Parts: sequence; C-alpha cells; structure tokens
Amino acid sequence: MPDTKEKISARLVPRAEPEGDMRVTTGAAQQEVAGDTSRQVRLQELNAFYGNHQAVRDVNLAFEPGRVTGIIGPSGCGKSTLVRCVNRMHEEIPGARSEGQVLLDGVDLHDRAIDVVSVRRFVGMVFQKPNPFPTMSIFGNVAAGLRFTGTPRNEVADRVTEALQGAGLWDEVKDRLSSSGLSLSGGQQQRLCIARALAVQPQVLLMDEPCSALDPIATLKIEELIGELKDKVTIVLVTHNMQQAARIADTTAFMLGGELIEVDSTEKMFTNPSDERTEQYVTGKYG
Amino acid sequence: MTVSTNEMSQRGPCAQTGNLRRRRLINRALEVTAWVAAVIAVGTLAVVIGSVVLKGISSLSWQFLTTPTAPFGSGGGISNAIIGTGILVAVATAMAVPLGMLIAIFTSELAGPRLSFLFRYVLDVLNGVPTIIIGIFIFGLMVVGHQQSGLAGSVALTIVMLPLVARSSHEVLSLVPDAVKEAAMALGASRWRTTLTVVVPTALSGMITGALLAVARAAGETAPLLFTSSIFPNLVQTKLSQALPNIPVTIFQFSESPEPAKHAQAWAAALVLIAFVLLINVTARSFLARSRRQLGSSGR
Repeated sequence: MPDTKEKISARLVPRAEPEGDMRVTTGAAQQEVAGDTSRQVRLQELNAFYGNHQAVRDVNLAFEPGRVTGIIGPSGCGKSTLVRCVNRMHEEIPGARSEGQVLLDGVDLHDRAIDVVSVRRFVGMVFQKPNPFPTMSIFGNVAAGLRFTGTPRNEVADRVTEALQGAGLWDEVKDRLSSSGLSLSGGQQQRLCIARALAVQPQVLLMDEPCSALDPIATLKIEELIGELKDKVTIVLVTHNMQQAARIADTTAFMLGGELIEVDSTEKMFTNPSDERTEQYVTGKYG
Repeated sequence: MTVSTNEMSQRGPCAQTGNLRRRRLINRALEVTAWVAAVIAVGTLAVVIGSVVLKGISSLSWQFLTTPTAPFGSGGGISNAIIGTGILVAVATAMAVPLGMLIAIFTSELAGPRLSFLFRYVLDVLNGVPTIIIGIFIFGLMVVGHQQSGLAGSVALTIVMLPLVARSSHEVLSLVPDAVKEAAMALGASRWRTTLTVVVPTALSGMITGALLAVARAAGETAPLLFTSSIFPNLVQTKLSQALPNIPVTIFQFSESPEPAKHAQAWAAALVLIAFVLLINVTARSFLARSRRQLGSSGR
C-alpha cells in the first residue's frame, strides 16, 4: 500500500496538461494553475450504474484548481453519484459500478493499480448531513483521518490545529478540544467535518450539499469558508440551492437525467445559458 | 392567549360530532386494554420477585452466602454454588462474547445481504433450541466416556449465550448510521479499519448491554447444566475438569430434598440468583442509555 501511495504522489507532480476536450477553458482557471501542484480533476466518458440503472451518462467535465465548481440539477439527476465517483465512494454501494476515467492531474484514479485508500487521501469529502464520529472528541474527529493514513504521532496535534483554523472553527473549540464532537451545533459539526477532511491535506474537496441541513447563518459561514479554501484545494460543490451556486461557484455545471447538459462560468449559466433546459431550470420552470 | 375559552367553546367546528365521539371511545378502549396488559406483565414480575423475597429472606444470611452446602439440616450455605456459577458463567462469557461479537461484525458489516440473512436465521433457530437439548448434546460430546465437568457446563452455556450475543450485537451494529461509516471510508479507512475504529466503538455500549443480558440468562440456566455439571460434592470446587457446584442445580436439589429447612434454603438461593440477574439487568440498562445517546444523536 505505501508503494502505491508513493507511486501516486510521484505521479502527482505538476505536469503540462495536454489539450483535451475540456469544456471549460477560461483564462482565469489557467492562471490559477500556476501553484506548485495543479490539482485538476477531469472526468472522461464517465458512466455510473446502480445494478441496471444508469445514474450518470457519458459525462466529460473538468474541475479546475482555484475555482469552485458548482453542480446543480433536480433530485435524482446523478450529481451526487457523479462526485462519489471521483473518490470512488460510489463503488462501496453493493451493485454499484462505474466506467470511464477520473483523472487527477492526469492519473486515472479508477485505475485498478491505484489503491482506493490513496485516492481518498487526495480527494476529501464532506457530506450532506454533518457526520462527526459519535464516540470521538473534537480533536479525535479531526485526527481520525491522520491516524488512518499513518501520520507520525508528533505531527498530529499541529495538523489538527491547522485544519481547525482552516475550517474557521479553531477559536470556537480551542478550549474544549476533548469534548464530544456531538456537543457542537449543526453548523459547527459541519465545519468540524470540513476540518476532518482538510486535515489529511487533500488536493480536491468534494462537498455533497454541505449546507442542506443547516440554518442560513451556518450556511453563510460555510459559504465564506468555501471562498477561503478554494485557493488551497479544488472544490466541487453539489447543491440543490441555485442561489448558493450563484453566490459561490465560479463555474457551474447543470445535470439532468444523468447527463451533463451544460457547463460554463456561473455568470453565463445564470444569465445567458446556451441550452434551453438550463434556462428553464435556473429560472425555476422545473426541477 | 388572546382568545378566551368562552369564545372557543362557541365555535362551530369545535363541536363534537358522532364520528369524533366514536373515535374517542375506541381510543379510550385501546388505551385501557394496553394499560391492563402492562399491569399484568409488571404484576407477574412483582409477584414472582415478591414471593421469592418473602420465602427466601428468612434463610438468607451472611453465613448462608459464605459457607458451603451442608448435606443435611438448616446449616450450611451456597458459597460453593456461588463460586461455581461465577466460574461457569465467566468461562462461558469469555467464549461466547468475543465469538458472538465477531459473528455480529461478520453478519452486519462484512457478509452480503443473503449470507447475513442465512447466518441470522441459523442463530435464531439456535436461540430457539430448548436448552435441555443443548445439555444433552454437550453430554454426548464431552461427558460420555469422560465425566461431568465445569468445562462441559461452560460450553453448554456458551451455546445458549452465543445467539443472544450475536443477534443483539448485530442489531446494535446495524443501527450505526451509514453516514458515519461513509465518513470513515471517505477519509481513507479500509472496511476493517472503519469497523474497528468507528463502527464498533459507536455500538459498543449497546453490544455490552446485549452481552450482559446473555450473561444474566446463562446464570439462571439449569437445563444445560443438569447433564454436564450437576454431580458435585458439598465443597468449594474451582477446577474446570470437575463438575462445578452451581446455583440453579443447587436450587433444584434443595427443592427436591425431603427436609423443609432445605426448601427454605432453595428459596434463599433463588433470591440470590434473582438479585444477581437483576443487578446485571440494571447494569445492562445503564449501558443501553449510553448507547442510545451515542447512536441517537448521530442517527437523526
């Protein structure tokens, strides 16, 4: 397993991206790539199934570094399934499978040779409902991922502090790191989950409707946090809430019936979409 | 609060119709029936415990708890049976609890739905097997050709406990929210790691509850011991290779005795057993309360 991990790390050094059939090519995105790692995710001909039911159809899509990519669409359109394919959580469901490629800086995460543990080390995830580990303290929750990935003990405390600061939770919890994660409010729990995901220093953060169980103030905090995090980690945000996508996504993708209908800059998607169905959806005609 | 009760009662829609009256009657009848059923259940328990306390308390004394059984008369006690039951149940617990919990981890976390169903079905059948059959089975397996032994008794009790531990642990493990398991797996934990570091700790209080209830059940079982650990001297025995004196069989033997003094001692021994079982039950409940907090607050 460590071999695989080293292998993937070695392959994740920055490289020149070959020109592909990326549907988003904005100047801003290209400039942001200039960091020391690039963190671009590209889905190629991605199909996902639950038994015989096809939930995602032939999706080609790129998640650019330094930008928040919002995925919108009605319930059951396959947007959650799509992001769960990126960190291979989709295949954990009995009977579920996927086809196609998910490239993280050119490395296919679905390649059989790549260990699923190392995929999730690079691609973090935040779920719809806050799901802290009920038996663990605040500290323990954030440290959990570090322990799973074998981070040396003497580094854990610093990494936990860093992650909690990154998730904007440090000042609220620094005096009670040993209390249960469940003692926090819903919004704090969700930021704890974000800290937990950040602690392993992922390159990509998948957020599957992270605010749908939260009140407006907690939602606002998470949205601000997403804005701060996007320079460090590529963010994919699945959301039910079109206003949320309009507020914080730089790029927005619209899915319907498992297909990617359109992807473009958020401004264009909400003001002047190319596809009629996108326009109908963003203006509230269906969905 | 601004509307007075007088105004409320004058409102047309609030008037009772025949339909409403009938529904209320049915509601009341069902409530009463449920109450009666509950009172019967609690009452039965109260009568059982009450009569054991009344009849047993007179023979219960420190001396009764600390001296071995006397062959005749009102002297002697049940210290040998208490120690023997302690050993039998401890050995059975040491075998049944780890094994039962591992089976539960298999059926709830690792096995596919069909295999899990099959295993749980078999465990339910095993749970339904009369314990005397289990006693005879172990008699045939471990006693015939050898002799009665504490080990044979413990193995028989293990078979009684195993399905209880495995099934109750399975139920608690399956209550652990999928969201919590997903969180661990999304952080890069393997299935085994997830189970050991997240799922089992979350369910542990509930699993302990189930295990304790199984211990309480085993402590009171008589049939599995009749063939395996019932011929013992009136001495403190601690070797697993010999038949161990135990409370249930002692109660049985005392009650079969022609002497009234032994009958009184049978009641006192029953009181000790009931007190032990109740103590375990109360402990189990406290773990259950903890388990509810951990599973409930995350499983919204």
